[in-house]
Amino acid sequence: MPPITLAALKPYIMMVLIVGIGPLGVGYLVLLERKLMADMQARLGPMRVGPQGLLQPIADAVKLLLKEDVIPGMVDKWVFWLAPCVTVTTALAAFSLVPFSSDFVITDVNIGVLAILALSSVGVLGIILGGWAANSHYPLLGSLRATAQMVSYEVVMGFAVVAVLLMAGSLSMVEIVKAQAESHRWFLFGAFPFGLIAFFMYYVAAMAETNRSPFDLPEAESELVAGFMTEYSGFRWALYFLAEYCNIIVVCSLAVTLFLGGWLRPFPSVTWLGWLDYAAPVGSFLLAGGLSLYLVKRQPRAFDQIVLAAVGLALLAVAGLFAWPAFNALFRGVFWFMAKIMVLVYSFMWVRFTFPRYRYDQLMRLGWRVMIPLGIVNVIAIGIVLVLKG
Amino acid sequence: MADDLKHTTGEATFLDANEIVLNMGPQHPATHGVLRVILKLDGEKIIGTECVIGYLHRGVEKIGENRTYVQFNPYVDRLDYVASVSNGLGYCEAVEKLLSVTAPPRAQTVRVILTELNRIASHLIWLGTHALDIGAMTPLFYTFNQREDILKIYENYCGARLTTHAFRIGGLQYDLYQGFEQQVKKFCDEMPAKVDEYEQLLTTNRIWVARTQGVGVLTAEDAIEFGVTGPMLRAAGVKWDIRKAIPYENYADFEFDIPTGKNGDTYDRYLVRMEEMRQARRIIQQAVDRIPDGPIMAKVPKVVKPPAGEVYHSIEAPKGELGYFIVSDGGLQPYRLRIRPPSFVNLQALDRMVRGSLVADVVAVIGTIDIVLGEVDR
Amino acid sequence: MLDQAFFYLFASVILLGGLLTITRRSAVHSAIFLIATLLGIAGLFLHLQAEFLAGVQVILYVGGIMVLFLFVIMLVNLDQAARQRQFNRQWWLALLAAAAVCGEALYGLYRGRGAFTFPGAVPGNMPPNTQAVGNALYQNYMLPFEVASIMLLVAMVGAVVMAKKRL
Repeated sequence: MPPITLAALKPYIMMVLIVGIGPLGVGYLVLLERKLMADMQARLGPMRVGPQGLLQPIADAVKLLLKEDVIPGMVDKWVFWLAPCVTVTTALAAFSLVPFSSDFVITDVNIGVLAILALSSVGVLGIILGGWAANSHYPLLGSLRATAQMVSYEVVMGFAVVAVLLMAGSLSMVEIVKAQAESHRWFLFGAFPFGLIAFFMYYVAAMAETNRSPFDLPEAESELVAGFMTEYSGFRWALYFLAEYCNIIVVCSLAVTLFLGGWLRPFPSVTWLGWLDYAAPVGSFLLAGGLSLYLVKRQPRAFDQIVLAAVGLALLAVAGLFAWPAFNALFRGVFWFMAKIMVLVYSFMWVRFTFPRYRYDQLMRLGWRVMIPLGIVNVIAIGIVLVLKG
Repeated sequence: MADDLKHTTGEATFLDANEIVLNMGPQHPATHGVLRVILKLDGEKIIGTECVIGYLHRGVEKIGENRTYVQFNPYVDRLDYVASVSNGLGYCEAVEKLLSVTAPPRAQTVRVILTELNRIASHLIWLGTHALDIGAMTPLFYTFNQREDILKIYENYCGARLTTHAFRIGGLQYDLYQGFEQQVKKFCDEMPAKVDEYEQLLTTNRIWVARTQGVGVLTAEDAIEFGVTGPMLRAAGVKWDIRKAIPYENYADFEFDIPTGKNGDTYDRYLVRMEEMRQARRIIQQAVDRIPDGPIMAKVPKVVKPPAGEVYHSIEAPKGELGYFIVSDGGLQPYRLRIRPPSFVNLQALDRMVRGSLVADVVAVIGTIDIVLGEVDR
Repeated sequence: MLDQAFFYLFASVILLGGLLTITRRSAVHSAIFLIATLLGIAGLFLHLQAEFLAGVQVILYVGGIMVLFLFVIMLVNLDQAARQRQFNRQWWLALLAAAAVCGEALYGLYRGRGAFTFPGAVPGNMPPNTQAVGNALYQNYMLPFEVASIMLLVAMVGAVVMAKKRL
């Protein structure tokens, strides 16, 4: 039996935190999307529940838990139950491979990237079973389409990942980030410009994998009602939704690890930029806390004012924590990682609100006839560049 | 009829049933109202369609035979409820033709301004909903926001935003309110930037182009054969606009262009309607600068009793040719009041436009025909 | 100790999954249990420290091949087949024959049990499985690798050609 130390318990603590707080965080990601969508559409978004709508995810979660569990008559009950579980399990399990920082990774297997790809492949099963279990035309067609799309774009994602593997020389997530640290350059800019092409391919494939617009035809309300999720209501639907947003975070984490330097700060080798490690977290949390406190006066209800004031003070406290060197040294990696993920997630959402969606055949044509040949050529080109560089 | 579209029963599977019948039911987020479209599919390709309408039928034409001419005026707004001012214009002009009166110049100019504002408002709704159907969810909010400015003008003028009942037989009831010209001019000043923004979002976006170019092609011959009018006809290349061909009101006094397309596909219809919005603005700017003084109502008897006769009068509504065929028997109420709605006739072309396309294109094509079920069903 | 427990766990998953695959009425249920079996095999690969193979097994077999199996099962309506008898009336004869063959195989194994040699534990660090597989494929077994790729390509092209209604 290994000794019970904090280090030995850390993976288990992280697991508990992720499974416990992860869904709540994902709920707030949904709120972020609604607020961003509203902002880009010249409106306000959720504003009623809590100050500025901040307690909306809790209201949604409570509603979904209390909702009546409607199971259509002729469904295969067992598969109907199993399908959302598979999707959610794989989505949450993928978090165990994500390196939030060099200290905070639940497990650093030496095939980390492969394992994440494997988990997303198994997640596809949840979608196809879910569509079939509903025993109805529309969801079945929607799920088959979604599955075909995801399987095709997994190949594209694979080519983008192989491009990075050529530059990194290892499948382990932590090793890849360390390789970027050693080569003093993010793999986004590695083997210029082929790293950019690889990132672009990965970005497109990630959007197609997670069924985000402009690749969200399987879920498009104007076509097939709600695609494979049509017959699911209440908590089961919440599981699918949770899995979808977890997947978004997972693919963004993978992108950050592979291309954007993981938990490293920008320009990690430039020592005189070390103050960024303090300026960025302290500054951003101060800004957030200050904004929250500023908005307290505008809240109509006393309850809202108290909640917002508490949130503001908590944010200021975190800012203070980040100014403390010991805390900063431990958590600065996590901060940079989450900041980069947030930038990518913001861009995902931005793209969703801006572009129309591709028709299904155009989507598949894009994947098979444009992206895959591009991927093959890109891998060959990167190989040549790396060999020429010595 | 619907029988020959029945599903093959028995041991059919998805793989060996060549024809599947798909029902885009009356309740569907993308059918712009209560329209039921029955699609006969071969895999994903459409090999036949059938539109089932009538869910919004209210018997407006029959009601017209039991109302006086003045009483019927508000009913007309509820046909194309998105662009109600045009409906009122067509009806009032038709009755004025029966009575052989013309509205005074001031009324005519104001009518032109309100109708062209109406055209812009209708096209804004078309743009927002069409983009939403194809997946771009943001332009909807911008266009509805811009439409609010127009609706405020209507509200200030006649008290109603949507079903305006703006015109009367013989002219107008209300004179312009204080600040009308300024409000209209402000709207016209702000408009180009906003329309340019919509174009920026969509016109050169490769996804938009891929979804609309070559989709729902309606050639000029087919369009004329079906009797299709409006932007659909002009996008096919036929330069026919009633405002220029058979001018009504004082459209002949204003300078404007008729945009046409080349291929008659969805993309061309999109470009034609965008340009029509700009041309409408041009008309409004010219009109608002020279609103003549004078009476707003012609000499129309208190009791409107047109002599026996019939008239067919059509105008260029935002969606196409809106025609009113009124038969008067000399009495207080019309003998027959037939409305030729543009959406009804344009919808017939759906089958021709959609055959051979994929299911996802049906939604785009329904959006590009720009139908309003209120006038399809009456 | 933990090693053995994991081995028996994976082995039972594989066997149970295999058994349930062939005894279910619904084709989709069979497919699900086949997936369980394949995941069990991936677990065994992990157990043998062949982590690359485990990952690739999941990605390709479970995430690719089984998904396509499910496609076909769902598109071809198998309700009719599910209502038919699953087993032949002469199942007792089949059971006897299977037992006989099984007995012969077990006897053969028993007689030759001294002939099995297992490779001993490799001293020091094994090369990571990814590198080992890569080296083997691209150095020692380059030709079979290329031939296998071409065979897969032929199969793919053949399937597409056969499925198209008009070339």
